[in-house]
Amino acid sequence: MPDSRANRSLIAQLLVLVVGSFSFGVFLLPPLYDVFCDITGFGGRTNSEAAVVAEAPDLTREVRIEFVTSLNEYAQFEFAADADSMTVHPGKMYFATFTARNLSDESKVAQAVPSVAPNTAAGHFTKIECFCFTSQEFQAGEKRPMPLQFIVNPELPDYVDTITLQYTFFDTARLAANTEN
Amino acid sequence: MTAAVADAHDHHDDHGPAKGIGRWLFSTNHKDIGTMYLVFSLIMFFIGGAMAMVIRSELAIPGLQFVHPEFFNQMTTMHALIMVFGAVMPAFVGLANWMIPLMIGAPDMALPRMNNWSFWILPVAFGILLSTLFMPGGAPAGGWTMYPPLILQTGDAFPFLIFSVHLMGLSSIMGAINVIVTIINMRAPDMSLLKMPMFVWTWLITAYLLIAVMPVLAGAVTMLLTDQFFGTSFFLAAGGGDPVMFQHIFWFFGHPEVYIMILPAFGVVSEIIPTFSRKPLFGHDSMVYAASCIAFLSFIVWAHHMFTVGMPLTGQLFFMFATMLIAVPTGVKIFNWVATMWRGAMTFETPMLFSLAFVFLFTIGGFSGLMLAIAPADVQYHDTYFVVAHFHYVLVPGSVFAIMAGAYYWLPKWTGHMYNETLGKAHFWASTIFVNITFFPMHFLGLAAMPRRIPDYSTQYADFNTVASIGAIGFGLSQLLFVWVLLTSKKGEKATAEVWDNPPGLEWTVPSPAPYHTFETPPKLNESHGFH
Repeated sequence: MPDSRANRSLIAQLLVLVVGSFSFGVFLLPPLYDVFCDITGFGGRTNSEAAVVAEAPDLTREVRIEFVTSLNEYAQFEFAADADSMTVHPGKMYFATFTARNLSDESKVAQAVPSVAPNTAAGHFTKIECFCFTSQEFQAGEKRPMPLQFIVNPELPDYVDTITLQYTFFDTARLAANTEN
Repeated sequence: MTAAVADAHDHHDDHGPAKGIGRWLFSTNHKDIGTMYLVFSLIMFFIGGAMAMVIRSELAIPGLQFVHPEFFNQMTTMHALIMVFGAVMPAFVGLANWMIPLMIGAPDMALPRMNNWSFWILPVAFGILLSTLFMPGGAPAGGWTMYPPLILQTGDAFPFLIFSVHLMGLSSIMGAINVIVTIINMRAPDMSLLKMPMFVWTWLITAYLLIAVMPVLAGAVTMLLTDQFFGTSFFLAAGGGDPVMFQHIFWFFGHPEVYIMILPAFGVVSEIIPTFSRKPLFGHDSMVYAASCIAFLSFIVWAHHMFTVGMPLTGQLFFMFATMLIAVPTGVKIFNWVATMWRGAMTFETPMLFSLAFVFLFTIGGFSGLMLAIAPADVQYHDTYFVVAHFHYVLVPGSVFAIMAGAYYWLPKWTGHMYNETLGKAHFWASTIFVNITFFPMHFLGLAAMPRRIPDYSTQYADFNTVASIGAIGFGLSQLLFVWVLLTSKKGEKATAEVWDNPPGLEWTVPSPAPYHTFETPPKLNESHGFH
């Protein structure tokens, strides 16, 4: 073929494009998505490590916090908030307690994954201390309270009067089993 | 019109097709490979169609009658995968293989050996995919979109699903590279880019889309694979991942994919409508710009498939308006086709009938797409039969009708004989009537909130479902007429080189049937070929 050099350089460019778009999908999009969620609170993303926030209570404003809990289908646990909801002042620190019980007759490791709705509130809901920061080990049949300490940022947009905090409880053994496979 | 190909007698020393099965297994000839792609896609069309018959039989009346719900879900998943990757995409690649070299005056595709390879990967990929039907746990049943965590519950079929998707992607990428290199480097000397026929143009754009997004799909399914078997947590919430991210990555591939399936269709009807209107294509260059605009916009609208996952208001607004913007270049194309027909001396042979039905019915699908683009309304329509009606309108009387139109239009060039026009028209009318009986009632079902991918339904949906099922069986049977047309295609009168009444394009300057080797010396363009 007379123009095989032209062909080869075009093929090389196209292959770079192929590798580029594969890398974009696998290596670039997931971390970018993470950063995007952290910044915008998209997907109800909240802080995943302990944070220190100074208190500045705004006693003129009240916000209702609702707690919702659910179990992943593989998790043999009982898991619920001790109170379904509470009313808080922005800028003031509060405690809430959840209780979990291992329903199986073997020890289990569980992980709670939080999500906050609406998304616009996610960045203003700061967990000072949370049982969701680390995985939790439960002996067979063990029942114990799980503490949460949080503060709602006074800069929470005015139109938000209710924040829903949702926890899903996962049995991490399934993850571990996957790794062993 | 001058014969651009030297008379066959001058080529006594030149080799023709090889004998026996080797001709097909080892072929590097674009015409043979094009034929294999087209035959393969027709077989897949019937396999996927048979699955649609299972789906519609089950849904014909309320209650569970024929199949287990799990098998029903396997049918919906496999039907979609086979129709998208096995029927529509290979059919367009087949048309590209056959027609692009003939349209640009090239002797063959630029990379003939890779061409052979990219075809023969496909039967392997679909062999693997179809074999999952017989595996413990059955075929994939989580929907063709493969959303985790549901898809991770697939049985033994899971890794086979992933690898077959990898192979389909590999085949498409190789095909796309071949198309681009052919178009960029092998055009006849005086054919500038803007002189290229619309089918070649739309395929050039489609090929770039394929290269940009098929690797992203490969990446997404690879992440599913590592989540399942290698302990990663890209999409597993328990390990810090996010299942919604899969939806973003999938639809970043998925939306350009829908244009991959429709842009070549735009190209086909842009060839056919001028021929049977006896006028040049109105606004050729604006068609090129419109197709490029659509390709660009397809990358920034993906989240309209997932308005219900929860998204900031600004995100919803952006994706809503960006999606609606696509109606503008699409409208340019529709208006140009209508303007091409305006005051033309129109005749209504089978390819033209399919093209006209394409313009009209694709527009209906486009309008229901606009309705779905409205974020607040989409919350109501999401995952209902309205969505099913929408994408079947753009894919069946859209892509599939364009493929049929192209097949009838170029069939005399391929076989050297006129097909049976009466049978062709019967096929057209049966298809058009039944396709509407099948999919139009689904709009009403969807607006009444009947969910997708469920084998049973509340009795209020009964009548429209029965109508749709009757239509589906009718549509399926009508396609046997097409097979009949193909089987009898060599019995008709001999076709001339031009076949139609002074059609534009270089493909009509070679004899019918097109000789095994064409354009060994590049042709000269002149006005009688429709070039100015």
